[in-house]
Amino acid sequence: MPKNENIKKVLVIGSGPIVIGQAAEFDYAGTQACRSLKEEGVEVVLVNSNPATIMTDKEIADQVYIEPLTVPVLQEIIIKEKPDSVLPTLGGQAGLNLGMELAESGFLEEHGVKLIGTTAETIFKAEDRQAFKDTMEKIGEPCAASLVVHNVEDGIRFTNTIGYPVVLRPAYTLGGSGGGIARNEQELIDILTNGLRLSRVGEVLVERCIAGWKEIEYEVMRDAEGNCITVCNMENVDPVGVHTGDSIVVAPSQTLGDKEYQMLRTSALNIISELNITGGCNVQYALKPDSFEYCVIEVNPRVSRSSALASKATGYPIAKVAAKIALGYTLDEIKNAITGKTYASFEPMLDYCVVKIPRLPFDKFITAKRTLTTQMKATGEVMSICNNFEGALMKAIRSLEQHVDSLMEYGFDTLLDQELEEELKIVDDRRIFCIAEALRRGISAQHIHEITDIDIWFIDKLAILVEMEQALQTKELTVELLKEAKRIEFPDSVIAKLTGKSETEIRQMRHENGITAVYKMVDTCAAEFEAQTPYYYSVYGGENESLGEKTKKRILVLGSGPIRIGQGIEFDYCSVHSTWAFKKEGFETIIINNNPETVSTDFDVADKLYFEPLTPEDVENIVNIEKPDGAVVQFGGQTAIKLTESLMKMGVPIYGTKAEDVDAAEDRELFDQILEQTKIPRAAGGTVFTAEEAKEVAGRLGYPVLVRPSYVLGGQGMKIAYNDQELEEFIDIINRIAQDHPILVDKYLQGKEIEVDAVCDGTDILIPGIMEHIERTGVHSGDSISVYPAPTISEEIKETLVDYTKRLAQALHVVGLINIQFIVMDEEVYVIEVNPRSSRTVPYISKVTGIPIVDLATKVIIGNTLKGMGYPVGLAPEADYIAIKIPVFSFEKLRGAEISLGPEMKSTGECLGIAKNFDEALYKAFLGAGVTLPKYKQMIMTVKDADKPEAVDVAKRFAALGYKIYATRSTAKYLNEHGVEALRVNKITQESPNVMDLILGHKIDLVIDTPTQGNGDKSRDGFLIRRNAIETGVYCITAMDTANALARSLETANKTLTPVDIAAVKNI
Amino acid sequence: MKAFLILEDGTVLEGTGIGSSREVISEIVFNTSMTGYLEVLTDPSYAGQAVVMTYPLIGNYGITPDMESKQPWPDGYIVRELSRRPSNFRCEGTIQDFLVKHDIPGIAGIDTRALTRILRDKGTMNGMITTDENYQIEEILPKLRAYTTGNVVDRVTCGKKSVLEGKGKKVALMDFGAKNNIAKSLHERGCRVTIYPAHTTAEEILSAEPDGIMLSNGPGDPGECTEIIVELKKLYASDKPIFAICLGHQLMALAAGAKTHKMKYGHRGGNHPVKDLKTGRVYISSQNHGYVVDTDTLDPNVAKPAFVNVNDGTNEGLEYIGKNIFTVQFHPEACPGPQDSGYLFDRFIEMMGGMR
Repeated sequence: MPKNENIKKVLVIGSGPIVIGQAAEFDYAGTQACRSLKEEGVEVVLVNSNPATIMTDKEIADQVYIEPLTVPVLQEIIIKEKPDSVLPTLGGQAGLNLGMELAESGFLEEHGVKLIGTTAETIFKAEDRQAFKDTMEKIGEPCAASLVVHNVEDGIRFTNTIGYPVVLRPAYTLGGSGGGIARNEQELIDILTNGLRLSRVGEVLVERCIAGWKEIEYEVMRDAEGNCITVCNMENVDPVGVHTGDSIVVAPSQTLGDKEYQMLRTSALNIISELNITGGCNVQYALKPDSFEYCVIEVNPRVSRSSALASKATGYPIAKVAAKIALGYTLDEIKNAITGKTYASFEPMLDYCVVKIPRLPFDKFITAKRTLTTQMKATGEVMSICNNFEGALMKAIRSLEQHVDSLMEYGFDTLLDQELEEELKIVDDRRIFCIAEALRRGISAQHIHEITDIDIWFIDKLAILVEMEQALQTKELTVELLKEAKRIEFPDSVIAKLTGKSETEIRQMRHENGITAVYKMVDTCAAEFEAQTPYYYSVYGGENESLGEKTKKRILVLGSGPIRIGQGIEFDYCSVHSTWAFKKEGFETIIINNNPETVSTDFDVADKLYFEPLTPEDVENIVNIEKPDGAVVQFGGQTAIKLTESLMKMGVPIYGTKAEDVDAAEDRELFDQILEQTKIPRAAGGTVFTAEEAKEVAGRLGYPVLVRPSYVLGGQGMKIAYNDQELEEFIDIINRIAQDHPILVDKYLQGKEIEVDAVCDGTDILIPGIMEHIERTGVHSGDSISVYPAPTISEEIKETLVDYTKRLAQALHVVGLINIQFIVMDEEVYVIEVNPRSSRTVPYISKVTGIPIVDLATKVIIGNTLKGMGYPVGLAPEADYIAIKIPVFSFEKLRGAEISLGPEMKSTGECLGIAKNFDEALYKAFLGAGVTLPKYKQMIMTVKDADKPEAVDVAKRFAALGYKIYATRSTAKYLNEHGVEALRVNKITQESPNVMDLILGHKIDLVIDTPTQGNGDKSRDGFLIRRNAIETGVYCITAMDTANALARSLETANKTLTPVDIAAVKNI
Repeated sequence: MKAFLILEDGTVLEGTGIGSSREVISEIVFNTSMTGYLEVLTDPSYAGQAVVMTYPLIGNYGITPDMESKQPWPDGYIVRELSRRPSNFRCEGTIQDFLVKHDIPGIAGIDTRALTRILRDKGTMNGMITTDENYQIEEILPKLRAYTTGNVVDRVTCGKKSVLEGKGKKVALMDFGAKNNIAKSLHERGCRVTIYPAHTTAEEILSAEPDGIMLSNGPGDPGECTEIIVELKKLYASDKPIFAICLGHQLMALAAGAKTHKMKYGHRGGNHPVKDLKTGRVYISSQNHGYVVDTDTLDPNVAKPAFVNVNDGTNEGLEYIGKNIFTVQFHPEACPGPQDSGYLFDRFIEMMGGMR
């Protein structure tokens, strides 16, 4: 059926801030779908609270609303924009829930708006546990024995009839929040209580535990005529029990025979047909390893993380096709853009193997529990492609950028046999490394399988890798052995280490014997048809397919790898925009990246896409084939910056700011020289390597001091030390991770923190806007609430900031982007740090000022000047509205993680509040971040001594708002003495009722807990209060400035919100 | 042991020998299925051909009872990698041992994607698998060019008739190299299936008074099956309900006066979309054919296209006008591949008067 001509204007709902369980995959899907809609002449209205996304660009949608994703806000937008349809299936669970609420309330019908892409009935049937179970029963698809419960008692009763263990799954939550496996009654009570509270509808499914079965997923597409296909199936290396987002996943399935494969495929098609889904859908199965018995685990009637992975794994653009289906097209009418010959109604065939490994945040949250469960913990993922499983796994491991490039890591070799066997029982992100060590010790694959339930096929593949390690260690390195090692993707560095040779020797031996990487095409059809879209992966041995006459200048754009805390979607935004800008300027663009969730790895963003690890060796292989005229590193975050030196050694010119200038900004001594030369003050400090040196510097400066390693992003390892003991502790932690660079120790200045992004053409600068943080220095900029335009600094200070920015940009010979953080204290401006590259705030400031910073930076890099392009220089005029960026955290997903804010970044995402005045913008920002207060008007305060004077003011404001304040002993005493009524509660260690009972009693809106400094041991009161608050869904604030901002937001709350179309923003 | 694949165009690919070390010349074709290597190996339609699996990891679940006939039929087996340790609860052994047992030569460790691209661009061609390192290419190439598959139906059809008992419709299944799942699909629907050797006369079949006749898949060039076509003309005239698959479909078209031609590289895999022209619905089908019915040569008064391939527009099925005859190019019996078109067996039951 051709396109439905009644669809002319569509509201697309985005997924909001990046949190664990809902990441960049929805920006990828949303962006692709919006482009697909626009291609069909449909007007697109986009709403998403996340400013770091590409989908919220005015190039992607016609009207763009960066607004809180709540029903009232969407209603306002629908009334204003009058779309004829709403497409809710691209915004993840958040988008789907909103679409459902809009439909259920009758609002859509009332305004003559249709839900497209799905129906409320379909969402209900797929998402409501009981309705889903009934539907599956109707068509004879088996589910594990289960019951939906609304209270703990029913849960216990049901479990007693089916027996422990049971899996608990709260309804309508992200990434399985609040779920888990209960092995006994106590665990059941704990998890169930928590899950009931987190569920939007107070529902939890109690289910027969099928842990240990194979976990298999199918991505299915269906059109309104009922045609359906499977795009891809995937098998989890980790059996059922680990959330699929935290599992190592391989595509296609490896251990299923055609009987199993087709049985589940047919089941998936039956399910999508019965649910009447039009678009994409994901079905998850548990398959019993020793029979054909299976259970349907769940169905997601929308695009998902898995569909993003399936799209990248096969080349089949699920979101694009889903959007076309929503417009009424059938699968056989939609061309396959990769081949240009086939249609969307054919099933991709892979002639390679894909491995996905999750990126877990345990390097950031060292206290968090590493165990993997049904609750997702990964912030991102990497994908790799090879024509053998071992090679794909090896490439994925090094793509993670965790200083790990083989299976010989994490110190399992130091364990005793007995300890190792115990370790095998632990399900965490290091499990494959543990298995590898077990294999090295001669423990049989069968025995490992019995402990882990991982299929022997996968264990044997690990054994092949281990045998190669041993061969390299013990045998002479013949050409044949080297060939085999490269076939399974051992990097030169690992071969060198194992053979005792140098990397150079290995590389030389490879080149002398013609052992070089070749590139194969991802074409959706296993070479059956000629493909048009160049999307490549490397293998060793065979024919190279990546050819092509060089007709234009070639530029290499290095991506930013997996999403992790500190390096998020913002850098993908920058990479993509830079690529587009180079394309416009007539360059042939080549992207290297390995993150399947992103827009940059979409098949039609660059002229050529290489899905590869971002290591010097892997990049060099591509450079050898492509011979680019230059590379651009300033948009890909630290991942790309780290490759600068290697690229220069390969003879690839770096476009934009030179490597030595990047160094000058990072190197303490060189940077001090620059500051001296430019006469810009900074906090006093020094560089050290050891704790002794650090203490000496700290003694000279006086505590507190800021300690941080150089060359990191996101403030990794950055701490404020208040005494010698803490300092020693921090230096020790920094030195534990491989550290080639010195550690910086600075005097800690507590003032206003200001952030500036600027474009510099070597002479002039353009600052689109100055951002001021709500939190004073000491809280990482990524975790601070940031306000544009800076509201509280004087014109003189602004002039100073512009002047300093210009001086620094010139002194560092910046060509392209520069990001600077300043402290303003007592009308003095100090510089904190300078990053001559793109930053986290670039997408946000671009959107709110309407100045396309990345586009300008790219044009500057290739020789244009700001003036030449008609842009003014200096500080751009301020916008006539306020934009406030607020961080969003995922602490509830990470058991045991310390939540208090400090110099090290902890947030996973951000959202924006934008309005004509400060108060509305602030309110929108909090709302977008999910802070919907007041509820019970009760709060707990427990603050450190230094904060007590300020706490009085905060408490007064909340009291005036009608809040009942509970406080621990000394805080209560101080507040009462200063005229604020506060009820004293016992500390955790004291008898009940104590502060913990209050929190667990679910009647608390807010906890304000400013921690005493230090890394803190986990048993301390403050830590426990904060963790329990987070885990029971209580909003928890750890900085007084944030508390004041929240108070202000609540004081000015009761008003209607006016949506702002930022696509209409023009500043210059 | 080193092995070589030498193609008619002079291309030589070096790999490792698997299975039998005997030298073989055959027609080289590729199959894109990601699972079902065992069903492919035991599909009699591959007689006279050596098959390349485009999926690089083969043998992962070993040898299971999923045989489509009593033995493997390809002349040779070409893969990227064979799993050294298969894993499946039904696994009875490895592909390696299976190939040795049935004396089928093969080659592993070659760039199967490069090979597939050659076959795609230049079309299906003949080739040799040899373990002789001192091969003389000038001597081999003429032999390769001279090779023809010949009349392979005779090799694969059953020796004598057999019966699968059932209480439902009586079906005569003509075995031109039938996959087991054809008989099984009918038997599951209650049919009493009598399987006849390919050269059974129409008279013999009709004398048994079947409710319907099923023409199976099979190997080779349909044009060479002249004797069978003569018998099919008689069956066509008999007004018995007839359902035909693949070679059966081609042979019926030839019997009805149409022509077939050899495709550049055929359709072999489990992902081809076919459109039912009556309903507009698209189904993903299992396919294995190198020849196709030329619809231009079809008398529009005799038959009309019922299915078409969405990718290349080639014919995928015919409905015979005024007759109770329905034929498809693809494989509704699946194995390997999607089961989406299994409903066609139900349609055949309906053609015979429905379930009894």
